[in-house]
Amino acid sequence: MAKKIHVTTTINGESVELLCEARQSLLEVLRDVVGLTGSKEGCNNGNCGACSVLLDGVPVDSCLVLGVEAEGAEITTVEGIAGDHLHPLQDCFLEGAALQCGICTPGFLVSAKALLDHNPNPSEEEIRFELSGNMCRCTGYDKIVRSVQAAAEALRSE
Amino acid sequence: MDRDFNPSQVVKDPSDSFKVLGTRPVRHDGVDKVTGRAVYGNDVKLPGLLHGKILRSPHAHARIKSIDTSKAEKAEGVLAVTTSADFPELADKIANLGEGPVNLAHLLANCLAGDKVLYRGHAVAAVAARSAFEAEAALKLIDVEYEVLPSVTWVLDAMKEDAPLLHYDVFTDEMGKKSAKPSNVSTHLHFEHGDVDAAFEDCDLVIEREFKTASVHQGYIEPHVSTAHWNEDGHVTVWTSTQGSFTARQQTAELLQVPISSVTVVPTEIGGGFGGKISVYLEPVVAMLSKKSRRPVKIHMTRQEVFEGTGPTPGSFMRCKVGVKGDKIHAADAWLAYDAGAFPGGMIGPGCMCVFSCYDIPHARVDGYDVCANKPKTQAYRAPGATQAAFAMESVVDEIALKLDIDPIEFRLRNAAKEGTKRVDGPVYPRVGFIETLDAAKGHDHYQTELGESTNGRLRGRGIASGFWFNIGLKSSATVHVNSDGTVQLLEGSTDIGGTRTSVAMQLAETLGIEATDVSPQVADTDSVGYTDITGGSRVTFATGMAAHEAGNDLIRQMKDRAAMVWDCDATAVEFEDGTFRHNGSSMSFAELCGKLQETGGLLTARATVDPQGSTNGFGTHLVDVEVDPETGKVQVLRYTAIQDAGKAVHPSYVEGQMQGGSVQGIGWALSEEYLFQEDGTMANPTMLDYRMPTALDVPMIDTVIVEVPNPSHPYGVRGVGETPIVPPPAAIANAVSHAIGVRLTELPMSPPRVFEQISKNGS
Repeated sequence: MAKKIHVTTTINGESVELLCEARQSLLEVLRDVVGLTGSKEGCNNGNCGACSVLLDGVPVDSCLVLGVEAEGAEITTVEGIAGDHLHPLQDCFLEGAALQCGICTPGFLVSAKALLDHNPNPSEEEIRFELSGNMCRCTGYDKIVRSVQAAAEALRSE
Repeated sequence: MDRDFNPSQVVKDPSDSFKVLGTRPVRHDGVDKVTGRAVYGNDVKLPGLLHGKILRSPHAHARIKSIDTSKAEKAEGVLAVTTSADFPELADKIANLGEGPVNLAHLLANCLAGDKVLYRGHAVAAVAARSAFEAEAALKLIDVEYEVLPSVTWVLDAMKEDAPLLHYDVFTDEMGKKSAKPSNVSTHLHFEHGDVDAAFEDCDLVIEREFKTASVHQGYIEPHVSTAHWNEDGHVTVWTSTQGSFTARQQTAELLQVPISSVTVVPTEIGGGFGGKISVYLEPVVAMLSKKSRRPVKIHMTRQEVFEGTGPTPGSFMRCKVGVKGDKIHAADAWLAYDAGAFPGGMIGPGCMCVFSCYDIPHARVDGYDVCANKPKTQAYRAPGATQAAFAMESVVDEIALKLDIDPIEFRLRNAAKEGTKRVDGPVYPRVGFIETLDAAKGHDHYQTELGESTNGRLRGRGIASGFWFNIGLKSSATVHVNSDGTVQLLEGSTDIGGTRTSVAMQLAETLGIEATDVSPQVADTDSVGYTDITGGSRVTFATGMAAHEAGNDLIRQMKDRAAMVWDCDATAVEFEDGTFRHNGSSMSFAELCGKLQETGGLLTARATVDPQGSTNGFGTHLVDVEVDPETGKVQVLRYTAIQDAGKAVHPSYVEGQMQGGSVQGIGWALSEEYLFQEDGTMANPTMLDYRMPTALDVPMIDTVIVEVPNPSHPYGVRGVGETPIVPPPAAIANAVSHAIGVRLTELPMSPPRVFEQISKNGS
């Protein structure tokens, strides 16, 4: 077995030290080493977005990032979106029935958070564009887009 | 927060006086699913867990001359290797798995190949190792000697006399008679009523067209994943992502030839199924690897394995002929050939039953063929078989309406199936809501608004199509434990793919006169709740809801006995209405009586198992506006409206969700999704980039209208809603594109090259 590499990183605001193999993806490290299984594997080649996390605030497919690239970075996963209360996106996804099976939901929440972090008032077109790297097979996207719109409105009025 | 998430309409039945049904509570499992806490199949962790990988055939068709696993067995980190040779001989044992007979030898051979591989991606051997990396490395050490055979993937080619033959033990079943020679055609179905040939002679106008559809995949985002532990005492526990824990249990027990009581299936959260997670693939394999390694073993498929080894839906060739007398459909004839994939038993049956199911046709005939081909064994996909058939029929109906110069909705109204209409395969409809969907479509703002001209040289068209799906009953169980504070636990056996914990809990709450939030629903494992058939057939909210209602009634009966003890009266004198028990001017709320249960004999448990017969008959009508780019052939959907009879929409948001999700899957089927097979039978596009499912950017909002025509066979009038929405879209879009470019499109998907070719060939 290849020698493991020591990585110091920040995950959801907590500093974490871990050992991983050079070949392990960030997704594998999050799920199998750190034990955060909220990020999902749908395709393992960057097409479906179920593994989306924020790497220094930028949404990435964690299956396409190596675990060792987390060194010194700040990572946000779905587990880190809520503070003391659910994030407005999470509230709106629940109220707006924006999930059915729920497997894509963590990735959508992360990508939508990235969008609203830099664009507090996105148009429908902008939401659809920014979320086009996240696939959902259940909802037809309608309720996801509406829920992101509602969350944007809630965040603007905070 | 009070936000308008739901601009869609619900057309209620006027007699509706429900308190819980029709509201939109937050789903009970919601918080776990927006925080990443919900445990899906791949999130299962067990001490000593091993990771498995599967060796798959590189050939579409080959004889396996030998398999040598000895090097792999000795590889670093490997604890077990298995092939079909480790499994009991099943000969041709037939088992009823709840939805008709299944040939167990075929089922096993699909999980791990026997003497032949029948499709590229067919599983041949499996390895369990300490890590997935080690398991994968060991696959390369397995030597398989193949004798490559010619292969066939297109249904019409597979039907030819000289086609490569997949099975020597499959003969054509011609209405009960077996063919003399083995054949790829496993079944020829035939349904007929009236005098079809004579009726066509009488028609004023007859249109006949041929249609083709490509195989598409169910496309669930979660790959198949199973974990098993074969304990030293012989008990096998399987944690798996499945649409049916009880059918997974039975299939696993049958293939391993162990008693059913020795298998417990723990259903995890399931990341989509759409029909593709009913048949077992991994469960028996991880169980065998666990038996051999004495450790728990998990296998999680890659996306390529999902495309090449699971699903898809049949590719089809269809001929559809319809004749009219005046403005009435007088005769209809369909010839349908659906591929079954590697093993017989595809989706041709429901295809035949659904092709004419929207119309009242006095003379009708359907011939259907189930055809083996070198593709993965086809599986159910949302209204299996119906979408292809509707594409054919609704295209011809559209063409007829155009020729007769009758509005296409009006033409459908004049011919619509209604109470008393006999379907071609025999059943007569009870009260159904098809006409109501057509009326709603006709009056809808979408239909009333002019299509308008494109400003950028693109061509616009509007299409309409209708669709039908049975919505089955099957068996469901529910158990209710009542608590002293008036809340209840609900255990059900239906795995929850789209919010059914809540739609079932709401029906129990309605029955008990309590709030939906007073019910705590759980999906139980196969040891903890009564037998329940699959989550499929649009049946869970209908049938498991009925079980919850029955269990609620059982609880009320038992609680009346307790109320009688409290009031010292006869139980028959206790009345229950709207959550209150009454006797002689005294009353107790449900919660108050719950508070007295411990002192009158203890808390109560109620249960019910139901087996509703027949179908609940769901109809939908869809409207779509498209724009076609004549330079590229790309079709953009501009506006989409789905209208459906839900009987009673228990949780309207999730009914809309089914309609919207089904519509968008149908849009994908219509425009961009297809298995592209190369000459050698390998799939050219086994990734989600190249197999193009719609993204958020590809589709508009999907408007919905829920029409409520109560189902007479459900206590709350509920009809299944999940499957009907995928049936109309390809036909509706084909009609829209055909109107836009002036050429009838008869092949799916209507991808840019296909549409461009039609535009170039025919001008426009």
